[in-house]
Amino acid sequence: MASLTLVEAVNDALHTELERDPNVMVLGEDVGRAGGVFRATAGLRDRFGPDRCFDTPLAEAGILGAAVGLCMAGWRPVCEMQYDAFSYPCLDQLITHVGRYRWRTGGKMEFPVTIRMPYGGGVRAPELHDDSPETYYVHTPGVKVAIPSTPADAKGLLAAAIRDPDPVVVFEPKLHYRTMRGEVPDGEHVTPLGKARVARAGEDVTLVAYGAMVPVAEAAADALEGEASAEVLDLRTLKPLDEEALLASAAKTGRVVVVQEAPRTCGYAAEVAAVLAEKAILDLRGPVLRVTGYDVPYPYWQIEDAYMPSAERVAAAVRKLLAF
Amino acid sequence: MAQVLPAERDLRRVIGDGESVPDGEVEGLDESDLLELFRSLILLRTYDERSVVYHRQGRIGTYAMFWNHEAIQAGSVHALADEDWIFPSYRESAIGLLRGMPPATVLQWWRGHPSGWWNPADYNVASICVPIGTHVPHAAGLAWGKKLRGESACAIVYFGDGATSEGSFHEGVNFAAVTGAPLVLLCNNNHWAISTPLEAQTRAETLADKAVGYGIPGVRVDGLDVLAVYEATREAVARARAGEGPTFVEAVHYRAAPHATADDPRAYVDLERVEQERERECVGRFDGYLRRLGLLDDAAAAEIRAEAAEAMRAGIAAAEAEAPPDPALLFEHALVDPPAAFAADLAELRAILEGSDAK
Repeated sequence: MASLTLVEAVNDALHTELERDPNVMVLGEDVGRAGGVFRATAGLRDRFGPDRCFDTPLAEAGILGAAVGLCMAGWRPVCEMQYDAFSYPCLDQLITHVGRYRWRTGGKMEFPVTIRMPYGGGVRAPELHDDSPETYYVHTPGVKVAIPSTPADAKGLLAAAIRDPDPVVVFEPKLHYRTMRGEVPDGEHVTPLGKARVARAGEDVTLVAYGAMVPVAEAAADALEGEASAEVLDLRTLKPLDEEALLASAAKTGRVVVVQEAPRTCGYAAEVAAVLAEKAILDLRGPVLRVTGYDVPYPYWQIEDAYMPSAERVAAAVRKLLAF
Repeated sequence: MAQVLPAERDLRRVIGDGESVPDGEVEGLDESDLLELFRSLILLRTYDERSVVYHRQGRIGTYAMFWNHEAIQAGSVHALADEDWIFPSYRESAIGLLRGMPPATVLQWWRGHPSGWWNPADYNVASICVPIGTHVPHAAGLAWGKKLRGESACAIVYFGDGATSEGSFHEGVNFAAVTGAPLVLLCNNNHWAISTPLEAQTRAETLADKAVGYGIPGVRVDGLDVLAVYEATREAVARARAGEGPTFVEAVHYRAAPHATADDPRAYVDLERVEQERERECVGRFDGYLRRLGLLDDAAAAEIRAEAAEAMRAGIAAAEAEAPPDPALLFEHALVDPPAAFAADLAELRAILEGSDAK
């Protein structure tokens, strides 16, 4: 075990996986010489050479499109999108090709591509460095999506994504790249996709969260102490969703609040609420409530704290639900 | 060897007109090469003409014809080795036939049947790209990936004049240029993107001029001259294999058929120009060339045409004999490791389908 920041854990995963499999290569903007704008890929170019940690032209669709061809040539590309809100050009390739190519070959050809990117706000950044775009990715058939909330999972889920035979997108909470430190297993460490984690056990209400909202949910659970015992369920993987863990927690507590940083409408919390409505209605003592970002453009940073779901907003939702 | 700047204004031609313009020849092509090119042209032409008939008969779905584009396809593929990869757009839907793909496979794709899928690695032919130009980065990535592995294979990607306005085209070509990818960028300039004419697509004097901006050579050929296309592609492939990176080949002609079976070009096309283009259509031109060389006569031509016709008869019969696709195919190949929901969805769907059958 080593004590690593979240971004150091990402870097550790990349070193470990490039070492383990000579077909794994990293490509993206500024990933090589600079080691990534967040230093997530630092050291890779020196250790594995400029071909396996490749500085691309500025072309997000080109990066993911080239990765499709690299897969056809036998590589396992790991694409870095520099920022959440700069990733949108790559959705063209993701939606038109990456998610459907395997199906179009009758399952004969695999596309083991990984896309990883920093996401989310709260970092006092200029505009368009703060989005939570996971829903666009989750909605694309043929693609898996994971979002770690801890350094250990940042390493383990990325390793799982790289080893997975299907396309996987990993969103890394950039707010916690350097503000969160935790114990991370040395060497090979894989966190299986599709398995949620009970971050904190509780009895009265389940707070469902992922990525940067897990610590917010945990803070809300702290704030509620004495009023309610809150369970925090860290989904870890949005697609495939660990329904078993979600339904088990809902059955146990009977109350669910879903927390998401992204705007509300058709966000991932809506999917969680729909699954609960379909499969857990008789376990629930009240409506599934959502605490989300608002349906507005992500704001300038002097008012971003008002946009972000906070422990206070989560606790308020829980109190509302307890009073239902 | 190709020039970097400027692109040639005059289109490269090899085939004459049998009158005032003399025939040229391509060094290194022997009699069997020339006849193979002719067979390829006839196979593609037959595929295309029969497909339009099959569409009219309701036996295939909407179909994008490639009538008079055969010289571009046959000429360029002949310049490739089997290890080289082909990235077709829908206009080159049947190009796999030149790599031994059964006609039934392509027909099934146009019939919307999942048996129209294939493993790209079986033929080194990628799946047909339906959106415009989004496969250019794939071809760049494949070619670059082969180069990184030290393999000698190169790639060719086909796209139309309209595709050069797309962002994906730009990103893909630039990616290939920067990585020195062994790639041939074959632009099928038929002057029309459905109803949008070339002059509404670009202010560039020629599309090959765009190559200058990427620091790669651009060449221009007569797209109805199978030998000129072959020769230009062969040079581009030689550059690619020598580590000199991508080449842009602009094959110029004028679309003389509708965009697709659902299109009526009389609303927008220059009908006089279409007539001129039909008069110099590419299969007949090569037929005349071969006859002037004494390599083809009526009997030989008829035999080659009969072979192609028979391949299509067998192909449509095989396609139509295929059982309707099972609903399980919705789920089977989407992911290597499917989620539990797939099995539940399929079971529910089957129960409902069986219930409705029983009624």
